[in-house]
Amino acid sequence: MTQYGVVLFYTTSSVMQAEKLLKTEGCSIKLVPTPRQFSSDCGIALRFDWDCREKIKLVLDDAKIEFDAVYFLDKQ
Amino acid sequence: MIYLDNAATSWPKPPEVLKAMTDVLEHAGGNPGRSGHRLSIAAARVVYDTREEIAQFFNISDPQRIIFTSNATHAINLVLRGILKPGDHVVISSIEHNAVMRPLRSLERQGIHLTIVPCAAHGTLDISKFERATGSTTKLIVMTHASNVTGTLLPITEIASIAHRAGALLLVDAAQTAGALPIDVPAMGIDLMAFTGHKELQGPPGIGGLVIADDVEVSQIEPLMRGGTGSRSESDEQPDDLPDKFESGTANLAGIAGLGAGLKWVKDRGVDEIRDHLKKLSQALLDGLSTLPQVRIYGTLDTERAVAIVSFTVAGKSVSEIGLRLDEEYGILSRVGLHCAPAAHKTIVSFPEGTVRLAPGVFTTLEDVQEAIQAIAKVIES
Ligand SMILES: Cc1ncc(COP(=O)(O)O)c(C=O)c1O
Repeated sequence: MTQYGVVLFYTTSSVMQAEKLLKTEGCSIKLVPTPRQFSSDCGIALRFDWDCREKIKLVLDDAKIEFDAVYFLDKQ
Repeated sequence: MIYLDNAATSWPKPPEVLKAMTDVLEHAGGNPGRSGHRLSIAAARVVYDTREEIAQFFNISDPQRIIFTSNATHAINLVLRGILKPGDHVVISSIEHNAVMRPLRSLERQGIHLTIVPCAAHGTLDISKFERATGSTTKLIVMTHASNVTGTLLPITEIASIAHRAGALLLVDAAQTAGALPIDVPAMGIDLMAFTGHKELQGPPGIGGLVIADDVEVSQIEPLMRGGTGSRSESDEQPDDLPDKFESGTANLAGIAGLGAGLKWVKDRGVDEIRDHLKKLSQALLDGLSTLPQVRIYGTLDTERAVAIVSFTVAGKSVSEIGLRLDEEYGILSRVGLHCAPAAHKTIVSFPEGTVRLAPGVFTTLEDVQEAIQAIAKVIES
């Protein structure tokens, strides 16, 4: 069974930027509504295969895309 | 009908623009960035893609520094109201649009100091005068990239050096130039640039933006409006993150989609090619008009140093009569009067009567221009 994580961002615009970039990097990702357990915020989060987490952090840091936090998703 | 009022707004719009606008409402109609469902995400992608395309077009590396506004006026107000405080000094040229003049006149009453550097009667700017007007208290220089009355281009790169030597920022009003000629924001030394979507970027009315150069400190700019951004909703304070800090309220999704399609159209056609085409048209207008008796042309006659805007008057004839007859008898649409820029008309000595302004666009042909010249000749004769 695939294990997922999510990245939460501060702005929708960063989510969009991250999605575009990570797609070209060949990471398996999907935009999902922000899971309620991580934020009271409405909006969009980026879900990814947990195996990809190091690469995702690297890519986001390299592109200077600010993100709030990376969480492990135990159910979804 | 021959539409020669592209400096007011470009028309017709490329069919791709209309299609992008209906498509986005039909297929991606969620509220961008407010909800997490597929229509909201699709809408947010359209907004982001346009932001990225604009950043690339003006050579900005961080797309989040493109702030969507309703138009150039909104972007200019955002900067003026967001940066200036009582006691600050601002320097502008004498050919600014009311989008710059009016907010500054109002801020003057709240204690900012304004210096208006006169341009020559043919609309060009003496850089040394500008340098003398700028000093250590100067916070901001605001300058139009091209006059919307005469088309004359102002020396932005030189003015940027003057601003930076004085420790001031340069805000450029690119309403008439964005899409009409290449603009490299960092290479020209521009700090902040207001653009509008509905002119040479070929987009619809109601969308524009502010470009914040990569090295400009954003904390010195206060937002013009505060409100919902879809981000950090747990807080009742405005976030500092870009672009949300300056983009409260639901975005103009159809406008942004149309602007994106307009920009793509400009990129596909090639901004250099567009510039060449428009130069040829304004040259033909200038050549034709200068053969007509009683015609006085304002501004530079050098098409290298202007965008495709030609302003003229005819001795003994009112501009409104010329405009009306061109429209009703020949189907030629121009714009007469003061063009929202009384200061510019005072500079070129056409105040308060104004001028007849002809502004060809990307869809105008040389034949259209010849026909317009013949019509003007007939109006002058009778
Ligand atoms: C030089 C200049 N500045 C500002 C504006 C204002 O543009 P908008 O009406 O789209 O805000 C215009 C156009 O009307 C213009 O020509």
